[in-house]
Amino acid sequence: MGKVMLEVKELTTKYITRFKEDVYAVDHVSLKVEEGKSLGIAGESGCGKSTLALSLMGYYFPPLYYTSGDIIIDGRNISGMEPDDIRKTILGREIAYIPQAAMNALNPTGKVINFIEDVVRAHDSKITKAEVYEMASERFNLLGLPPSTLERYPVELSGGMKQRTVIAISVILGPKVLIADEPSSALDVTSQKMVIRMLMDLMEKQVIKSMIFITHELPLLYNVTDDIMVMYAGQMVERGTAQQTVFDPLHPYSKGLMGSIIVPESGSRGVRLTAIPGTPPNLKKPPFGCRFAERCRYVTPECIVRQVEPVETSNNRMYRCIFSEEYLRKAYANE
Amino acid sequence: MNDANKSCLKGVGLTKIFGLGKQRCLAVDHVDFDFKEGEIISIVGESGSGKTTLAKMLLGLISITEGDIYFEGVKRDISSQRKKKEYWKNIQAIFQDPYSSYNIFRKIDTVLLDCLVMRGQKDLPAEEKNRLITEACSFVNLKYEELTNKYPFELSGGQMQRLMIARVFLLKPRVLLADEPTSMIDACSRATILDMLMDLRRETGMTIVFITHDIGLAYYVSDSVYIMEHGKLIESGSADEVILNPKQAYTQRLINDVPKIHEEWDLSTVDAR
Repeated sequence: MGKVMLEVKELTTKYITRFKEDVYAVDHVSLKVEEGKSLGIAGESGCGKSTLALSLMGYYFPPLYYTSGDIIIDGRNISGMEPDDIRKTILGREIAYIPQAAMNALNPTGKVINFIEDVVRAHDSKITKAEVYEMASERFNLLGLPPSTLERYPVELSGGMKQRTVIAISVILGPKVLIADEPSSALDVTSQKMVIRMLMDLMEKQVIKSMIFITHELPLLYNVTDDIMVMYAGQMVERGTAQQTVFDPLHPYSKGLMGSIIVPESGSRGVRLTAIPGTPPNLKKPPFGCRFAERCRYVTPECIVRQVEPVETSNNRMYRCIFSEEYLRKAYANE
Repeated sequence: MNDANKSCLKGVGLTKIFGLGKQRCLAVDHVDFDFKEGEIISIVGESGSGKTTLAKMLLGLISITEGDIYFEGVKRDISSQRKKKEYWKNIQAIFQDPYSSYNIFRKIDTVLLDCLVMRGQKDLPAEEKNRLITEACSFVNLKYEELTNKYPFELSGGQMQRLMIARVFLLKPRVLLADEPTSMIDACSRATILDMLMDLRRETGMTIVFITHDIGLAYYVSDSVYIMEHGKLIESGSADEVILNPKQAYTQRLINDVPKIHEEWDLSTVDAR
């Protein structure tokens, strides 16, 4: 077992709406990412994937608030720290975050290098321009981006190029954990592949130590990550290796998700997709029992009245359902 | 299904040039195709390949520089507004962004009633209109009672996209152009929308043309696939032929670049520079 880079224990965060209602978008989520490993997070829109990504940084701003739980990065607990300390010492150095529309983050009126200077100066005010330039061009070279990009304005770059530039900037201080939230969903397939290739390079060349990758594109997740965690209504419902979760899902929700995969491979035509009916529950008033009960085809009265705790299985997997592994497998086989 | 070999929508030498003089941009370059009745067709290409421009020409939303459109064997002139209105009885569209597909000042009731007016059923008794609309809504798993007196923006993106399908269900056109209908929604709702469109084809026998960049989706839904690059149709044929046995390098690259789950996804084929 490798060194644990990121450990999250029972993290709960909430949004407070303008009507003072609490929305628990991340509810007692625990996870662990080891050195050199990547964790994928899957789920529908509105399941709390992106909120989890934001919460993991430990830097909260309204309407997102911290409730309870611990975030431990490489042995250091950051959950109780002051927001200003987190911004100065943790973000960028220990943990970095790439949001979905990252490419729009570049300042249109400045060159890429000016942006990098700002980023580096925020953490180290003594560094000189020449040093920043050297550091940046070295890093860009390593990642296969032409160093001439540094002298360009964002409008001169294509979408895929901008995205890769932003990724290169976000890891310039060599963070231990990189959180990538749908980094390639706005790009066409070729640019997407370049972005993924770059993320893989970052891991291989040990610029970053571990990665959390969020997307709803399951084939992509399967190819990029070692482990996959499925989220539903703010909770983790299943966790296992990518192979296990995609080809042998246990939780009925994961099963439904995997049934919606479309790939251009022989044999995938004419197979009816298993769309899950309905929508995720309103998290202002989450259901008391299993949160998926309303949409589950194997639902029993017990599911609605009993709170379901995660079950750990023999081969280090986890799922949150009242049924046993054998029961679920048998049910899926009879479909 | 209707007679499989009857031509439904046919384009001969369709060309669109934007701009004038030296600034000319050839967006669609002498495209020929023949969509058969009851077929599901996909036009696949990357951003900038001209697929949306082609769709807009077929809908009469932009003028055609050169070439003709034949609908059910008859050449169609869609230059005037009156002729377009007539043409739109046969051809309808669903767009990528459901949020901008509605008139925000009109309530959902009006949107759906307008469909009946367009079909020439303005004088039906109120109960009959209500029944037709309720039927259309239940086809897409929406409850009409819950939609009355609401505006489109009160619905979620997935619901709005389903309401678009309900409109198509009411209008019953012969051809439906679906321009990236699922690219803004997640994989799970995508399955729902695709299933509904397939059911729609089964019930009405309409021809559906998908415009998409997602080659996996194209393979899953369509009978025939057309590949577009730089405004030209470079490859066409049945879905199995084109996707499993691509002849053009461009098609091969498109397929290679999509992550798969049974075959290995080769990252080394892309040049990071």
